[in-house]
Amino acid sequence: MSLAENARPAPSAAPVFVSLDGVTHAYGTSNGVPAVEGLSLSIRKGEFAAVVGPSGCGKSTLMKLATGLQFPREGSITVAGEKVVKPVKISGMAFQAPTLLPWRTIIENLMLPLEVVEPHRSRLRAHKAEYVARAEALLAQVGLQGMGAKFPWELSGGMQQRASLCRALIHEPQLLMLDEPFGALDAFTREELWCVIRDLHARTGVTVILVTHDLREAAFLSDRVFCMSARPGRIIAEAAIGLPRPRELDVTYSPEFADIVHGLRGHIVHARSA
Amino acid sequence: MNERTLLRIAPWVFTIGFFLLWEVLCAAFKVSSYVLPRPSQIGAALWEYRTQLAFHSAHTLWMTVAGFIIAVIFGLVLGMALGASRLVHAGSYPLLVGFNAIPKVAVVPILVIWFGVGWLPAVLTAFLISFFPIVVNVATGLATIEPEVEDVMRALGASKLDIILKVGVPRSLPYFFGSLKIAITLAYVGSVIAEYNASNYGIGNLMARASADFNVPLLFAALIALGVLGVALYAVTAHIEAKTTKWAQRSQFATG
Repeated sequence: MSLAENARPAPSAAPVFVSLDGVTHAYGTSNGVPAVEGLSLSIRKGEFAAVVGPSGCGKSTLMKLATGLQFPREGSITVAGEKVVKPVKISGMAFQAPTLLPWRTIIENLMLPLEVVEPHRSRLRAHKAEYVARAEALLAQVGLQGMGAKFPWELSGGMQQRASLCRALIHEPQLLMLDEPFGALDAFTREELWCVIRDLHARTGVTVILVTHDLREAAFLSDRVFCMSARPGRIIAEAAIGLPRPRELDVTYSPEFADIVHGLRGHIVHARSA
Repeated sequence: MNERTLLRIAPWVFTIGFFLLWEVLCAAFKVSSYVLPRPSQIGAALWEYRTQLAFHSAHTLWMTVAGFIIAVIFGLVLGMALGASRLVHAGSYPLLVGFNAIPKVAVVPILVIWFGVGWLPAVLTAFLISFFPIVVNVATGLATIEPEVEDVMRALGASKLDIILKVGVPRSLPYFFGSLKIAITLAYVGSVIAEYNASNYGIGNLMARASADFNVPLLFAALIALGVLGVALYAVTAHIEAKTTKWAQRSQFATG
C-alpha cells in the first residue's frame, strides 16, 4: 500500500479549516432547549476529526451547521476562511443510509454532484467521458470496479455505502462530512469500510468530520476525537489520537488502542450522567 | 397445464364464462329483453349499430383524451407547486378537497350555460373530474423526498429547482403514472356524463337517445363499447407506467 501520508502536512501544523466559535443553535420545535450551546471547536486542514457523544447530543446539528444547511442563533462558523452564511458547496456528505437515487445507475448516481457543482456543471456535457473515467477510477478505489452500470438495489448494503462515499468525493470536496456512515452495517463490512475511508483520506488529504457513536471507529480513523455533552451539546473533552499512520486494523487490538477507547468511554459516561 | 398458462388464459375464461352464464340465466328465467337483454341480443345490436357505435366511441375517446391531457398538464404543474411549497400546499389543499368533493355531474349544467351544448363541456368535465388524483400524487412524490438527499443536494449548493428536477420529478414519476391509471378512467366517466347531458355526439349521447327510444339492446351495446374502450385506455396508461418506472417496480420486487 502506497499511502501519500508524507505528502500532506502534519495536521498539527496545518491552518485551521473549520472553526465553530461559541455556537448556539435551537430548532423551532424544541421548546427552547438548544440542540447545541456554546459549542466551540476548530479543525485543521487535512485533519480527520471525529465527534462522539451520547445520542441526541446535537452531533447531526453540528454537521448541518458546518455545511451551512442551518445557521446558528449565536456564535459564528468559519469554513475555509469564510464565514458560513449559505451552503458551503465545498463539502461532500454521506449518511447512515446510502441515499442513492434508485432510478439512476451507480455511475449516474456518482454524476449527481457534478451536475450541481461548478465548474463541473458546465463542463459535464462536453467532457462526459473524462468524468465517467473519474467515477470509474473512484469506484475501483473502493472495490466497486465494474459495478457502475448496476442499479443501487442490485448492490448489497455495504456496496451501496461505498458508492455513497464515492458520491460524496467525486467533486473533490475539501471537506467530507460523515454522519454515522457505517452505523447500519455488520461488523466485518464496517471494518472494511474503515480501511476504505482511511485510504481515501490518506490519498486525497481531504478534511474529514466523522460523527459517530462507535468509539473504536473514532479512535481508529481520526487524528482528534471531540466528545460532546448531552443536550444541549458542547465539547467537553478533546483527545488527540497519537497512533502512527498508516494504521492497520491490527492496531485496534493493541493495549494502547484499548486504553484510548477506554479513556473516550469515560468521557461519554461522564457526559451522559452530567 | 402450468400456472403461467393458466394465469394467461384466466381473464378470457372468466370473461367468456360470465357472458355464457348471463345468456343461460336470461334464457332459463325468460327475462324480457326490455329489462336485461341476452349477450347474443347485445351482440346483434353491436353489429347492427356498428357504424354509429364506432363513430360515437371515437368521439368519446377524443373528448376523454383531450380532457385527460389538459388534466395531466394542469395536474403536473399544480402538483409540483403543492409539493415544492408548503405555503401553497397548506393554502390550497382545503379548496382542492372541497372542489373534488363536488359531484362533477352537477357542474355540467354550468358548463352548458357558459359554453353551450357541444364538445367543450365534455372535455372540461373530463378534465375537472380527473386532475385531482394527479395533483395529489405528484405533490406527495415531491413532498416526501428523503431529508438526507435534500441535505446532500443543498450542501452542494443545489437550488430548489435543481432539487425538484433532479430528485423530486424522477422520484414522483411512479406516483404520477400510478395516478394516470385512475385519472384516465375518471376522465372517461366525465366525458360520458357530459355527453349524456349536453352533447349531440358521443357514446353518452347515443345512450341518452337509445334510452328515450327504449332501445335496451342498443343501451347495453353502448355499455359494452364503453367497457372495452375503458379497458383499452387503462391498458395503455398501465403500459406506459410499466415502461417508464421500471426501477420503482423492480426495486420493490427486490426488497419485498
